[in-house]
Amino acid sequence: MLSKKEKELIAEIWDRLTPVADDIGSEALLRMFVIFPGSKTYFSHLNISPRSPHMLSHGKKIVLAIAEGAKDISQLMVTLAPLQTLHAYQLRIDPSNFKLFSHCMLVTLACYMGEDFTPTAHAAMDKYLSAFSAVLAEKYR
Amino acid sequence: MVEWTESERAIIQDIFSRINYETVGPAALSRCLVVYPWTRRYFGNFGNLYNADAIMTNPKVAAHGTIILHGLDRALKNMDNIKETYAELSVLHSEKLHVDPDNFRLLADCITIVLASQMGKEFTTDMQAAFQKFMSVVVSALGRQYH
Repeated sequence: MLSKKEKELIAEIWDRLTPVADDIGSEALLRMFVIFPGSKTYFSHLNISPRSPHMLSHGKKIVLAIAEGAKDISQLMVTLAPLQTLHAYQLRIDPSNFKLFSHCMLVTLACYMGEDFTPTAHAAMDKYLSAFSAVLAEKYR
Repeated sequence: MVEWTESERAIIQDIFSRINYETVGPAALSRCLVVYPWTRRYFGNFGNLYNADAIMTNPKVAAHGTIILHGLDRALKNMDNIKETYAELSVLHSEKLHVDPDNFRLLADCITIVLASQMGKEFTTDMQAAFQKFMSVVVSALGRQYH
């Protein structure tokens, strides 16, 4: 359950991070691939070496989608509808990976924001990413 | 038995040599109580834990956070036998404290994030990997004696 203040905080943070979407996104992906090697199995078609063009563009895509959702969290089901279909019927990524990615995103945010990644921001962000992941997996079954 | 590479051992020792226990311990425990509020159930006698500000300034939380972090020293000194090292603590957490072992993982994640926020860019992917491996062995050892 996200409070009004938390929603505003989340929207503000992602708005601030949009200009560095490729940095943040590619770093979170890299952390996930190193720490949870099983996640690499979904990317055999891409060059996933650190900061490769694929990593930067793919990372950017993911972060921009997260940022877009953050603009109006109450509308996540609408905003994510196309991505829901994509993940359910085409990509079919096991949803347990969304948790792994979310964790690595939190670590990336902590590294990037330092002290600004307060416990309150961390809690709000964890809740948002959980909600985002749940909506993303909605059409799986 | 857990296999550690030379690089992993070096990274773990390096991380712990850099940690300020009196800062990281309290920060990690209080963060856990804020981010995962259900964990407050184990600290009923710590006084005011009703909101983030109260938790972050609670002296009992701070003291306990430091104790917990120092508890990791034993694993640090016995990396090749972490399971045995924590056998007694595992029994304590199971039989006396009745802590759901999933909480160990939550606290471990909070310690990781506190380190990340303090070390910034220096908390490289390799450091995160080694540290998370270390913590997952600790977490597993603490849950080992539950039955």
